[in-house]
Amino acid sequence: MAQGDVERAILATWRIEQPRLITSLARMLRDVPLAEELTQDALVSALERWPETGVPDRPGAWLMASAKRRALDHLRRAPMLERRHAMLSADLEAEQTAMPDFDAALDDDIGDEMLRLIFTACHPLLSAEARIALALRMVCGLTTAEIARAFLAAEATIAQRIVRAKRLLSESGLAYETPQGDERRQRLPAVLEVIYLIFNEGYTAAHGEDWLRPQLCEEARRLGRMLAALAPAEPEAHALVALMELNASRNAARTGPDGAPILLMDQDRRRWDQLHIRRGQEALARAWALGGRGGVYALQAAIAACHAQAPDAGATDWPSIAGLYAQLSRATASPVVELNRAVAVAMVEGPAAGLAIVEALANAKALKGYHLLPSVRGDLLQRLGRLAEAREAFAAAAALTENAQERALLERRAAACPV
Amino acid sequence: MRYMFIVKSGHAAEPTPQLLEAMHKLAQREIQAGRMLDDGGLAPQAAGCQVSIEQGALKVTDGPFIEAKEMIGGYAIFDLPGPDEALASAREFMQLHSDHMPGWSGTLEVRAIAGSMTHAGTHAGTHAG
Repeated sequence: MAQGDVERAILATWRIEQPRLITSLARMLRDVPLAEELTQDALVSALERWPETGVPDRPGAWLMASAKRRALDHLRRAPMLERRHAMLSADLEAEQTAMPDFDAALDDDIGDEMLRLIFTACHPLLSAEARIALALRMVCGLTTAEIARAFLAAEATIAQRIVRAKRLLSESGLAYETPQGDERRQRLPAVLEVIYLIFNEGYTAAHGEDWLRPQLCEEARRLGRMLAALAPAEPEAHALVALMELNASRNAARTGPDGAPILLMDQDRRRWDQLHIRRGQEALARAWALGGRGGVYALQAAIAACHAQAPDAGATDWPSIAGLYAQLSRATASPVVELNRAVAVAMVEGPAAGLAIVEALANAKALKGYHLLPSVRGDLLQRLGRLAEAREAFAAAAALTENAQERALLERRAAACPV
Repeated sequence: MRYMFIVKSGHAAEPTPQLLEAMHKLAQREIQAGRMLDDGGLAPQAAGCQVSIEQGALKVTDGPFIEAKEMIGGYAIFDLPGPDEALASAREFMQLHSDHMPGWSGTLEVRAIAGSMTHAGTHAGTHAG
């Protein structure tokens, strides 16, 4: 194998094995950030040795043995005041000197440790940006360079963000704790938020040139499935999986051959991915069965499911969608949701009813500079025949958007409204 | 990116309990990691049939099909970052066979599922760079 091939093989194995390496080490060391550091050392030694020796038959076992050896060394060097640690160390030593058991790693039930890892990486004490970087690094096994590329940031920026976040966790005594019961439920939204932010970063940038950006959607979906598998009693975990699957089902239909965005109502529904839709519907059904109909992700997923079920745009169940948006608006108090509700209400009751909702949002602080507010307003005014006002609204929206394709679309719409 | 793993073997013997156990654990791990979407073992060919078209004529053959040298024993569908991870995952799966069912021989075919590869082609290049 050429040097580059070996490196890729190592990173691929790494991505598959790393969460298990961290969780195993975290259990030995009772410290997640430290465990992460030592597994990184094991990766470095693989990158140094495997190009010469070749990739071992059982690369996962090799990485695990190497990482555990480092953890043991660390425990030996650390002051052994705690008897528990001393005993643990002796046990581990016995384990290490015994015949290597290649399936030992598979025998560990790492469910709880993996949840601990996810909840530690997504601790609400950390900024959303830091949580995203830590989750991608510690749970998805992305390298710092890959995270930086995916977020169009400098590698040094991401590296620093990760170092700071880990230090903050260690200094706050949060290096090894698992929230249970009520506390877990309270902290779940911070975890779900991270996953959905990662998804959206990739989803809105689906036209990006770098594969790592769309790749974020896939990482987020894997994270979501992981969380739902580890915490199957949490309806919102299933609901988030549903929302991501349903949104992702439209991926192929979202852009034309020239890269221009295609709005949902104009998409060729034959290009929607039925496997994603089915998986989304199944996940939503699980969320509902757990009593989670009213959750914010469940409501959004239900809206996406309404669209997914409609064989053509004209068959869309707008009354249900408007009702779901009303519930979501009450649950989130978000003006963005309210703007979406305006669109749905306009479909049910006509453009005047939608416009009334939009006008009530005119002074919402959160929508200042948000191009979709004048864009929706322009659309409704146009349908009401108030063309001069519509033209002005489209022009205002065009001036606010940073996306060139979208700006061109809005400028065309402005031009289509005769003065 | 989604991949279909197809296990083919001419080996008639049932998998050993050790192999079944190891594969079960691997599947559990892969489901918990959000990577495995579906998997299944296939019942013997006797329980199936083949419907073919030869020279415009439809022909139905009930199983088992004596002429088949290798048969598909099972499949799995994975959602993985790219071809490198698919290869690493496939190697791990096959190593289990070698460890737990000495004498077994067979092939694991790894196929990317069309339409799920939004960014194939650029993957390997940018990855190495």
